[in-house]
Amino acid sequence: MSRTTIICIGCPKGCRMKVESERGEIKKISGFSCPVGKEHARKEFENPTRILPTTVRVKGGELPLVPVKTAAPIPKKLLLPAMREIARIEVEAPVYTGQVIRKNFLETGVDLVATRDVKRETSDRARITA
Amino acid sequence: MKADIVIIGGGVTGSAIARELARYNLDIVLLEKEDDVAMGTSKANSGIIHAGYNADARTLKGKLNVKANPMFDKLAADLKVPFKRIGSLVIGFNEKDLQVLKREKENGERLGVRGLEIIQGERLFVIEPNLNPEAKYALYAPTAGIISTYEFTIALADNAVINGVKVLLETEVVDLVTEGSKVTGVKTNRGEIKTQVVINAAGLYSDKIAAMSGDDSINIRPRKGEYHLLDKNWGNFVNHVLFPIPSKVSKGILVTPTTHGNLLLGPNSHDVDERDDPATTASGLDEVYSGARKLVPGLSRSDVITSFSGLRAAAEDEDFIIGPSNRVRGLIHVAGIQSPGLTSAPAIAEMVVELVKETLGEVAPGKEIHLKEDFQETLPTPVIFNEEYETGNLDGWQKLVKENPDYGEMICRCERVTKGEIIRAIHRPVPARSLDAIKRRTRAGAGRCQGGFCGPRVVEILSKVLGISPLEVTKKGAGSEILKACSKELIRRAGDGDEI
Amino acid sequence: MVMRFNYDLVVIGGGPAGLAAALEAENSGIENILLLERDKYLGGILQQCIHNGFGLEYFKEELTGPEYAGRFIERLKGSKIKVKTGTMVIKISKNKEVLALNREEGLLTIRAKAIVLAMGCRERTREAILIPGDRPAGIFTAGTAQRYVNIEGYMPGREVVILGSGDIGLIMARRMTLEGADVKAVLEIMSYSSGLVRNKVQCLDDFDIPLKLRHTITSINGKKRVESVIVSQVDDRLRPIPGTEEEIKCDTVLLSVGLIPENELTREIGIDLDGVTGGPVVNEVRETQVEGVFTCGNVLQVHDLVDFVTEEGEIAGRAVSKYLKGEREWRDQPVRLEPGKNVRYIVPHRIDYRDKDRKRIKLFMRVKEPGKDVKIKLRDGTGKVLLAYKREIVTPGEMVTVFLPEALIDENMSRIKISIEKEGR
Repeated sequence: MSRTTIICIGCPKGCRMKVESERGEIKKISGFSCPVGKEHARKEFENPTRILPTTVRVKGGELPLVPVKTAAPIPKKLLLPAMREIARIEVEAPVYTGQVIRKNFLETGVDLVATRDVKRETSDRARITA
Repeated sequence: MKADIVIIGGGVTGSAIARELARYNLDIVLLEKEDDVAMGTSKANSGIIHAGYNADARTLKGKLNVKANPMFDKLAADLKVPFKRIGSLVIGFNEKDLQVLKREKENGERLGVRGLEIIQGERLFVIEPNLNPEAKYALYAPTAGIISTYEFTIALADNAVINGVKVLLETEVVDLVTEGSKVTGVKTNRGEIKTQVVINAAGLYSDKIAAMSGDDSINIRPRKGEYHLLDKNWGNFVNHVLFPIPSKVSKGILVTPTTHGNLLLGPNSHDVDERDDPATTASGLDEVYSGARKLVPGLSRSDVITSFSGLRAAAEDEDFIIGPSNRVRGLIHVAGIQSPGLTSAPAIAEMVVELVKETLGEVAPGKEIHLKEDFQETLPTPVIFNEEYETGNLDGWQKLVKENPDYGEMICRCERVTKGEIIRAIHRPVPARSLDAIKRRTRAGAGRCQGGFCGPRVVEILSKVLGISPLEVTKKGAGSEILKACSKELIRRAGDGDEI
Repeated sequence: MVMRFNYDLVVIGGGPAGLAAALEAENSGIENILLLERDKYLGGILQQCIHNGFGLEYFKEELTGPEYAGRFIERLKGSKIKVKTGTMVIKISKNKEVLALNREEGLLTIRAKAIVLAMGCRERTREAILIPGDRPAGIFTAGTAQRYVNIEGYMPGREVVILGSGDIGLIMARRMTLEGADVKAVLEIMSYSSGLVRNKVQCLDDFDIPLKLRHTITSINGKKRVESVIVSQVDDRLRPIPGTEEEIKCDTVLLSVGLIPENELTREIGIDLDGVTGGPVVNEVRETQVEGVFTCGNVLQVHDLVDFVTEEGEIAGRAVSKYLKGEREWRDQPVRLEPGKNVRYIVPHRIDYRDKDRKRIKLFMRVKEPGKDVKIKLRDGTGKVLLAYKREIVTPGEMVTVFLPEALIDENMSRIKISIEKEGR
């Protein structure tokens, strides 16, 4: 029997929940104060996932980087490998919000998408639309 | 490289000497080890032009302070440096203090300081409403003033450059070359300069420079002073430079407005071992704050926008050391320049010119020295948005923006500095090449947010104008680079190695 | 010559508050609107907050900062609102004349019938918390570092110590780690983190970054570049305890030590500021003491959710419309909202208008101390409890909101006091 502590992120209370398990199989969850907490503990124990927000380099853009995210959560253990893979990517401007930068990123079934428009560089001057 | 004169040190002393010597037909080189002038004591002091009542008439300090004080009106006007003769008050709380004030007044009058007056009673609070209500007496010196100390130094150096002086930055003297007992050159990290006259204005390091020639007559004992600078909404809280009753070695923790409308508190005074350790300490700053509150109890520490410290280059017997080395010919010491060194600088420079003439007569008897006809006394009027705005010259600024849109792009919101002003600072005779150098010339980053907003923008401008990578832009010279790597560089490198 | 313009409404600041105010004012029938933004792009600080977690309240979905801003910028494209970016406001006068500067037009003065102040906030610096020591390169506020990393494309440091465990500090701990830096520790002077639990777990615990509570930096060392910091434990009065000093080697210090509403322009108009929030004193429609000058977002009170900023912008936007159309009905006397026990501040500060259309007024407040199982009690001038709300947990890091039903506001009422009390008392 092993015990894992998981802190709930559902609300400011931050319940410290305990998951008791045997060979990876959950035997008991305790310490939660609502069903959201219990479900979170189960998920965090079995397959913790995170959305990864970061940036990708842009060529010929008005900005050097475009912010991106994984369109859905990916396994937590893939965060750093994903960052290393993303470091190699460079996209050509223009880039649009929602544009898929990598489909099925790292075979997760999740796409890597842009979260901002980056136009092609025209000039260094501030834009004015009056 | 060859020069008639080499000046070591780009502080206020070296810069004033450079400008004064530039009036003559001489090849002059000024060496500064940092990436800008005014990087030592001249960057971090109270910025007071002292009236001169408190020095001993027999000392150089006493003589030169009184002589130099009246020179500042013309100098500041010529060099376009902010300077205000706001007067000073030494504050006394009891009869014993009054005796000190009376002694200072007599001393001052003996030295020729004009307008000294003991003020007491209600009048004290009419002219200084926020003064500690327990104050009873004050020695009023109307000729005391405030100046921006680093701007003054930079302007002196700029003017020297316009008049032909070569200022070499990031050039550190590693040795003095002598033949027999005569100076023949200066070795730097960038090569040797042949010269017969060297002026040692190296401030905290002037004893080290002297020692390079085997002259161990100077012994500098650095003395630290710490300061708090308050937000501009405190600039009108006091009207004069306020001093406590002085101690033996220091004029004490003062409270003064600055020329830019901030309020300055400090300095304390502590002997330290290291010459390059301008770190502030919690206890030192507490001392400064409580010291200042004795004069002005209504201060608030929550409006401190920056704290800093400076090191006074005090010599063993406390007076200035100005004169030829008694060990080697051609070496002139201008050392031990502590307060009132800033005030005395123009008079020191004049004195050094005479010493240089004598020395040249000895070491280069054939050299004929005369004043240049084309010496330029003045610097051009700077372009400062905040001043045009405050004086209401909006149409004038509008014209400027039409000619150059960079004057329409506000980079520092706190101090209202435009991109055009920053680019101009990079192109000044002594160029600004770092974030701090830009700050000293334009005030970008000197305001309440301390560069949080304009920092990245100034880095970008410096990199573009200087044609270097942002990674090479520094805060204050080599080794103080602001950025560590390009985006993705670190994580890619981590990927080449082990798992992290 | 200085250029001159006339507008019904000028909004100062193109971040989430200003965007919401401008759009909502147009929605409510105001046509002649100008939005001024000093940066090259709209969206304010959201553009550098590339992480997710925005919009859960307002859009009922989880967005990143740029996506959240993008939604409003898209709406703006379909509107008649005029926008000037790269334009810094220099001064606003009491008669609602705005002086601004940009590259294309130079100086411009704009006469406005109404103004919305939405300038946001700035970060507290090293000096605000008086950290002594050297003054080398490598000391950044967390937001400035965030701009370098997420917008400019540079890493400001490799070995990092972060002071302050507010959300920005936590977010930057993760961000720097993901980009390959080594975050040595996050220090918090208080005995609790002021950031969201979620950020503590997902930004620190996920990466095994230590959070040292009741610790602060007592000295920064390094002549040219940061070389190390001295970290000390603090006592109950937050003073460093001698003997607990520990040196942490690092090349960078990030400061996340609080935000200050950016009210220099406001102060120059002559508008009073609340000493606690640092923002203007306002009524329920976010109008300052100068009639027709409104304010919203972080310039009024530092929020922790952008969704609330948007909501506040919309309140101000609607109020501008009512003001310009003359559709307001003053109460005989205002109702002052007074912070009571464990309430640090309340926004709005007072209720000035009668409004039969609105059912309730949302009140924003912050607590002084964390509390569990508390009651938020609203009392009238006589001490009678008008209303009480239960909360399982309140913390200084998370804004508390309650609703005040319009029906409860009596015509003769002059004040309502709100306190947060332990249940059962």
